[in-house]
Amino acid sequence: MMNHTPTPPSHWLDRRLPFLRPFCRHMARFPMPPVNLLWTIGACLIAAFDLMIVSGIFLALHYQPDMTQAFESIEAIERRVPSGWLIRSIHAGGVSMLFAALYLHMGRGLWYGSYKAPRELVWLSGLIVMLLFMVTAFAGYVLPWGQMSYWGATVITHAVDAVPAIGHPLLVYLLGEETLGNIALHRFFILHFTLGFIIAALIGLHIICLHGTGSSNPTLDSPQPDKTTRPFAPLYVVKDSLAVCIFLALLAGLIFFLPGLLSKIDNITPANPLKTPADITPEWYLAPWFAMLRAIPSRLGGLIIAGSSLLVLFALPWLDISPRHNATYRPFIRIGMGLFFLAFLTLIVAGLQPATPLWAWISRGALLVWFLVFLVLLPFTAWQERKAAQSSQKDVQS
Amino acid sequence: MTQQNDTPPPHPALDDAPLFPRPTRRRVLTASSLALGGAGACTLAAPFLNSLRQTEARSAENTHEHAILDVTVQDLEPGSHKIVVWQGLPVAIQRRTPEMLRALEDPTLLTQLADPQSRIHQQPAEAENPHRSLRADYGVYITICTHLGCVPNYQDLASLPASGGFFCPCHGSQFDGAGRVLRNMPAPYNLPVPPLHFVDDNTIRLGESLLSPHYDITKIQQL
Repeated sequence: MMNHTPTPPSHWLDRRLPFLRPFCRHMARFPMPPVNLLWTIGACLIAAFDLMIVSGIFLALHYQPDMTQAFESIEAIERRVPSGWLIRSIHAGGVSMLFAALYLHMGRGLWYGSYKAPRELVWLSGLIVMLLFMVTAFAGYVLPWGQMSYWGATVITHAVDAVPAIGHPLLVYLLGEETLGNIALHRFFILHFTLGFIIAALIGLHIICLHGTGSSNPTLDSPQPDKTTRPFAPLYVVKDSLAVCIFLALLAGLIFFLPGLLSKIDNITPANPLKTPADITPEWYLAPWFAMLRAIPSRLGGLIIAGSSLLVLFALPWLDISPRHNATYRPFIRIGMGLFFLAFLTLIVAGLQPATPLWAWISRGALLVWFLVFLVLLPFTAWQERKAAQSSQKDVQS
Repeated sequence: MTQQNDTPPPHPALDDAPLFPRPTRRRVLTASSLALGGAGACTLAAPFLNSLRQTEARSAENTHEHAILDVTVQDLEPGSHKIVVWQGLPVAIQRRTPEMLRALEDPTLLTQLADPQSRIHQQPAEAENPHRSLRADYGVYITICTHLGCVPNYQDLASLPASGGFFCPCHGSQFDGAGRVLRNMPAPYNLPVPPLHFVDDNTIRLGESLLSPHYDITKIQQL
């Protein structure tokens, strides 16, 4: 029986993992429309997320989720754990880079109409990932148990108090006790740690959804639509790698040259339940919603508005029924999306400013733009565009 | 086994094709990018692996305090013993009776021992004697079994002169009252002796040996 030649190693794996080769072929040959550099931000997000997971696991090895030890263990990570300062900087700087890329990624989706049919699931899964990132970032910010951690957590958990009837019992149920203490800190830690892996699974789902329909084509609405596709490898692998390199270089610059830019001085003071810091501001990536809560004079109203500002994004695929995608070729949407981006940036700035009537009014203006663009301008323009498209189609037929 | 051929299989003509074909531009670029990326990944891994090293102590003073332990033995009756924790290690301190001391030099015991003369470096020089300790009436041993690190119990050896002795509950290693392991036991070496000196007649200072100042328990045969 000498004719039984040994199978080559790649064959060996193929027989035991039959999906591996088709999967690799699918990934390498995935047809890409002529997308621009903004489509590389997704790859940057994956790189940022991977860094967060790895640095987070290594931080968790040294962190103590206990009121009496949490602050000290962070200090130990910064000063006594070898390279601990660097790992913590990667984690703390990485979150800002991650959110910056996340908002750019979403802005690209909004501008180029990537949320529209048939990519509704890509958009919705992405939005859920964004919401979970916000929750995870907030939970993570509580963990060092510094002054900002403690008072940020106090303020946000007390927002739950505003829910009618069940508010207070719900708050006590979530915290595990009447006040923000050891049980709550432990829960924040487990929440932060677990959500990382849940997000990883949802990112997988997001990518599966994307591979079901394919990337959107930014040239489709232009006067010269380009419907040619290229395989993902090697051109888009190289493009994505280049973007990831630039992204990591920016992150390194943030970590090594601007370490004080994003950290809050108050958080290097241990939590003191008897003294609120004079100037309490959120991290920049949560600032827009903080500004909304401040802009609305009612506690429950602020909560509803902040929640609706996110919920309206979930409805976008059904609010915008136009056959056109790219805002560049939709004059009203171009102005609308531009105004929305401006409003979003304004709300970030407003959330980082001290609470003054002027900033409250600016925030209200930005909020008005946010809802007018998505609830009035977008559906109305889309309806008009669909009508025009249908009538032109009829003209062609007749 | 159907074919039996004496002539070697056709050999690729080496003269026709260059031995090292000229790599294409794409191949060179891909290989160098991968190499550079791999180097970057290794560099990134360095701080993460580095963080798993021992955490630095709070201060040098703390390390010193941690390393030195004064134990009073005033309360120790002849024939009794006590266990203290020094640098996180269990240390048994026994006060010997003349009978126990005599038992340590009993020929029936010595023939049973793996290293009766304490030749293997498990103790400072001043403890390389029949009673394996600085002072004959006090035996001080780190009770961590040299087999797999369990903590042996203080227990006389059966059917041998009663010299004190240690019995490891994990795999049954037996040691005599001077921490010397018996022959054919799982444990290969005698129990380590910590560095120590007597501050006064009733106080043992663990962690500092005056006669062998360079004795270091991290450098013995096996802790």
